[in-house]
Amino acid sequence: MDELLKLLQTNALESRENLGKLLNLPVAEVNQRIAEYEKRGVIRGYQAVLNEDQLNLDKVTAVIEVKVTPSREGGFNNIAERISRFPEVRSAYLMSGTYDLLLFVEGDNLRQVATFVSERLSPLDGVLSTSTHFMLKTYKRLGVLMHQDSTDERLSISP
Amino acid sequence: MNGSPSLRNRLNTVVRDIPRSGIRDFFDIVTTMKDVISLGIGEPDFDTPWHVREATVFALERGATHYSSNLGYLELRKALAKYVSKNFGAEYNPESEVLVTVGVSEALDLALRALINPGDEVLYHEPCYVSYRATILFANGVPLAVETKAENGFRLTRAMLEAKCTPKTKVLMLNFPNNPTGAIMSRQDLEDIAAFARERDLIVITDEIYAELTYDAPHTSIVSLPGLRDRTIFLHGFSKAWAMTGFRLGYACGPAELIEAMMKIHQYTMLCASSLAQKAAIEALTRPDIDVGEMVSEYRRRRNYIASAFAEMGLECHRPLGAFYAFPSVAKFKLPAKEFAMRFLHEERVAVVPGTAFGDCGEGFVRCAYATSLDNIKEAMLRLRRFIGKL
Ligand SMILES: Cc1ncc(COP(=O)(O)O)c(C=O)c1O
Repeated sequence: MDELLKLLQTNALESRENLGKLLNLPVAEVNQRIAEYEKRGVIRGYQAVLNEDQLNLDKVTAVIEVKVTPSREGGFNNIAERISRFPEVRSAYLMSGTYDLLLFVEGDNLRQVATFVSERLSPLDGVLSTSTHFMLKTYKRLGVLMHQDSTDERLSISP
Repeated sequence: MNGSPSLRNRLNTVVRDIPRSGIRDFFDIVTTMKDVISLGIGEPDFDTPWHVREATVFALERGATHYSSNLGYLELRKALAKYVSKNFGAEYNPESEVLVTVGVSEALDLALRALINPGDEVLYHEPCYVSYRATILFANGVPLAVETKAENGFRLTRAMLEAKCTPKTKVLMLNFPNNPTGAIMSRQDLEDIAAFARERDLIVITDEIYAELTYDAPHTSIVSLPGLRDRTIFLHGFSKAWAMTGFRLGYACGPAELIEAMMKIHQYTMLCASSLAQKAAIEALTRPDIDVGEMVSEYRRRRNYIASAFAEMGLECHRPLGAFYAFPSVAKFKLPAKEFAMRFLHEERVAVVPGTAFGDCGEGFVRCAYATSLDNIKEAMLRLRRFIGKL
């Protein structure tokens, strides 16, 4: 992967000047490459990585395994794209193995998620079965550990 | 200095007369201060790769808590011989030509003690790692320092060696990529040195502990050049590239006669390297490209950043090509390097190491290690710019 994308993935707020310095590139080229990635849709957005457990939000997240029947023309895409349009669905993936789609669904409370599953998701044509698991605690998200950072144990000067 | 003078008089005179490392004095001051950003740390800020730590715990659970053979576990020596052959271009027999040591530090000491008779001269280049001169003296050798120069990219040339070498010179010590300058040697540079070593029949000790950490050109080892393998002791270890300093694990490869002699000292003084650390090293050698590759990319970006920050503030610095050190010149401020570092520490709370800690010819330079987070480097560069603006 382009090193520029890697840097943006770890810190999208890094200034363009600094990105240029880190990669030994002129700032104009950094700007141009980012603009191209945005135009091509490789970069879809920039978000903060939150440790939501610390915010005591009234919110639950469920991971839902869904078995579906692929449609004749669109394969899994038709049904997967329909499901993905629900705003409750935060992430959706096509999987190999014993089920087909894996969804991350958010709601204000358990009941709301349950209603989503029973009234929105399950009745859809092509959805065969679902299995819902509620998330209890986040240890790591998007490659970022959620517990406090460890301190530097090194001596302050060494040879 | 406290303590009774009569005890001091009973010390071995070589030990008594060697000053303690200049780094220590500085360290003692820094530790009393709070909120210092340190560019003075000569070890990686990365954690040891997780799979290595995990494998070490597993080894402990399985009971790898006993002595290993003096040379080290054969499994490790085999893996090392393979790694060295692939990456450095020299073949060693793991049964008799590889010795696992307590860091490169021990390996250096063993190599010198195995070779030196009192009065034998050892050529080495300065600025250099703080231990070299002392280790030569402890082995009763005569240190002959050759100065490398910034205008030359701190590379070593044949002419510099010729000017110092005498018939009593037995050993040539090399360290590239270099601590503290970040210099490396090209194949061409090394060929001249190799020819010189062959002509003068010198034994070469090459400390290649930073070999994996090069940023613009790949590393070449002098052992891969014609005729050098049989007169060279190759030293390497896991401290830097794998971020395993505290494991204390290094190794030496060389002709069987030399390794046997080093093994004798090691056998009687150290017995063997830590068995747990050896198990960790076996694991570390399973996927070096991935573990080390990630860290190298990060160091390269920091190197780029720090080099352009120096350029922007008009600080002259030869481009660091390896290790994780930049060695800018502060001579234009007309302050001794030590005073520059002291004032920078007190006025801006950033620690750098005065170049004189690495030999007298380090005067006029400071060592800035970029083995620290980018955030720290950015802040340190802001403060440096402010500081030199006041000078
Ligand atoms: C050039 C050089 N050699 C050897 C060492 C010591 O390495 P080890 O941790 O393997 O004893 C260092 C550590 O800073 C070094 O910079």
